[in-house]
Amino acid sequence: MRRLTVGPFNRVEGDLEVTLDIADGRVASARVNASLYRGFEQILLGKHPLDALVIVPRICGICSVSQSATAAAALADASGLTMPPNGRLAQNLILACENVADHLTHFYLFFMPDFAREAYRGCAWHAAAESRFKATVGDSLKEMLPARADFLRVMGYLAGKWPHSLALQPGGTTRAVTPTEIVRLLGVLREFRRFLETTLFGDALENVTALADPAALAAWADGRPSDFARFLQIADDLGLAGMGRATDLFVSHGAYGAGDDHLFARGVWDGSVEAFDHLKVSEDVAHAWLLDAAPLHPLQGETRPLSGEFSDKAAAYSWCKAPRYGGRVVETGALARQVVAGHLLLRSLVAADGGNVKARVVARLLEIALIVPAMESWVRALMPGQSFCNQWQLPDSATGVGLVEAARGALGHWLRIERGKIASYQIIAPTTWNFSPRDAAGTPGALEQALVGLPVGESESAPLAVQHVVRSFDPCMVCTVH
Amino acid sequence: MKLLWLQASGCGGCTQSLLGAENRSGVFAQLADSGIELLSHPGLSESCGDESLSLLQAAADGLLDFDILCVEGALLRGPNGSGRFHILSGSGLPMIAWVQRLAVRARYVIAVGTCTAYGGVNAAGDNVTEACGLQFDGNERGGLLGEDFLSASGLPVINIAGCPIHAEWVVDTLCSLALGALGENDLDALQRPRFYAEQLVHHGCPKNEFYEFKASAQKPSDLGCLMENMGCKGTQAHADCNTRPWNGVGSCVRGGFPCISCTEPGFEEPGHPFMETPKIAGIPTGLPSDMPKAWFVALAALSKSATPKRVRDNAVSDHPLTVLKKPGKK
Repeated sequence: MRRLTVGPFNRVEGDLEVTLDIADGRVASARVNASLYRGFEQILLGKHPLDALVIVPRICGICSVSQSATAAAALADASGLTMPPNGRLAQNLILACENVADHLTHFYLFFMPDFAREAYRGCAWHAAAESRFKATVGDSLKEMLPARADFLRVMGYLAGKWPHSLALQPGGTTRAVTPTEIVRLLGVLREFRRFLETTLFGDALENVTALADPAALAAWADGRPSDFARFLQIADDLGLAGMGRATDLFVSHGAYGAGDDHLFARGVWDGSVEAFDHLKVSEDVAHAWLLDAAPLHPLQGETRPLSGEFSDKAAAYSWCKAPRYGGRVVETGALARQVVAGHLLLRSLVAADGGNVKARVVARLLEIALIVPAMESWVRALMPGQSFCNQWQLPDSATGVGLVEAARGALGHWLRIERGKIASYQIIAPTTWNFSPRDAAGTPGALEQALVGLPVGESESAPLAVQHVVRSFDPCMVCTVH
Repeated sequence: MKLLWLQASGCGGCTQSLLGAENRSGVFAQLADSGIELLSHPGLSESCGDESLSLLQAAADGLLDFDILCVEGALLRGPNGSGRFHILSGSGLPMIAWVQRLAVRARYVIAVGTCTAYGGVNAAGDNVTEACGLQFDGNERGGLLGEDFLSASGLPVINIAGCPIHAEWVVDTLCSLALGALGENDLDALQRPRFYAEQLVHHGCPKNEFYEFKASAQKPSDLGCLMENMGCKGTQAHADCNTRPWNGVGSCVRGGFPCISCTEPGFEEPGHPFMETPKIAGIPTGLPSDMPKAWFVALAALSKSATPKRVRDNAVSDHPLTVLKKPGKK
């Protein structure tokens, strides 16, 4: 048995360290350490509730709008406020823009550069991967970065800027659009669609989303000159579908909508879809550098970091709490979202191999192809001249729950207002779910389970299989350790 | 010039913003073409684990030359000065120790974002993490590196303040350094590049007519001026946000929400709710910084009484209710 510590773990958002125990050339057990504590739940205490809209986006610069939308939803819930249709459409567009930009960033900047590594020289696809995807210099970046910047004009029009906008409010958005801006937004989306159809997919978005099973996907990709097809060739050659299975219990808060009406449904996948009940959520701190407490629902939860002798809590190894759903370890993200929502291709990929590296990447790209047409329809549905925002009234005392899907999965805010101030604010981010440490029962988190059994070469200090699995979750550590 | 980038306690949003730089071939090509070589960036480089750590170690030991150190994120000194709240993963050492070791080797040290410059939002509330900036702790000089710190070039820390930074503030700073065209006189008293910090957010504000007549928004999404009621600090905040658009076409006030002066030290604790203007006897306390207060109040009273109905009506609507008519027509 040897122990390997991998860090700093680059090309993930934020600070991550993974400790591996290796036996017989395979990972025998893994511990995931979020090595930064930021204290946002403490910062929010005593603030005016609407100040959360300034503070929470700054938890994360890549999930910034997702944090805003979740805070806005929790504040709206606390006062029983609803949005006018324009406000809902504009919030959907802003959130969709971030999520799609994040998926694109993950694919081109975080995930694909690993296949350009020297270690893969000799693979049939390596030369193409190197010229196309090599970190910071690959040709694809010269196309993808300008396409991404142009696409983010959606934020310029609707949210003022990205990241860190204050446009998302409990009652809608602060920026009504004019009829001419609708024309321009459609132009932005048309150009972005052209990039996707030419470069990323090499086909119409509608043809991509219609792919319903692994055989159709393979036939579609065969010989197609597109970045998605290049990934599929690599994935099949390296057997990425056989790597990184976690618990196959998938959670989605439901994306783009309100209440029970979402473009991608809310629910839990446990072989079939069940309703999601936030009361089944609890957070355990048995292995976190936080003062001990029993597992608590986030409305009762607290965050009290150790500040004295860390050795007093020898079992702790991360700043991340361990959230559990009905006591169980879940996975969240684009794959979970599409499996819960019922997309045939993702359900069949999971039926064949469980959650895995390939399916997680396919889910993200497929989602891009699903969301951009939805964005086009939302822009067309905007009604200039009608209201974008209902006014929020501060309740003296209330509780509120906001449940949103960030690019990386289920994001929840639970807040309590007392005497007009924030009395408690608890956040569970997608990567808190996926990269949680062990709980009091010793059950490892989703990534910790997904890493077990992966091959580790004798000379590898940062095993590539481990890197692929870690990045397949698209972790956001800065959200995790809010 | 060789660039080393570290991420301390930040949100990564400054890197995300930088990636959105509007350039025909993307920001990496833009920097490379300007003579900036990205040696290492935790979010973007190929290397991982030992490869990354040995590069940082070599740079800290003086075995690997580099020119520019960019740090993104607040420096966490807590708990109790130990730096334990942020260990650079894989190294077992606090991030503040790495920053101190690398800063003394750099020709230029750049604080990317308000967190790194002054502490920023991580220092809000009780600042339990003991967050500070590289050379400032809020308004106070000092910070992690100390008041007297000068990088090898003789410059103090260059503070590209903003939460987040505008991509081009960073690109313009790096390209100026590559040209040898940024010196001490190009920084303001808070060590920000003057090219953007000697502007006010107010300059080029799209709500200028509403401001002139003090026709004010009363609730989110109203078109009117955001200063009187909505907490806008555009007349005091140093930045060129309304003459240098964000994401091609935007800015905070263009987005319909107030400037919260995120380029200034201490913006994270304004002493009032962010989206409410503090007032005494109905008069906002934060008036334009270099205008005599009495004149401002007098002019405001005068312009309010001269406000056209069109401007007054439209100020409290999210779309124009009364349109601009041609002269001479009713």
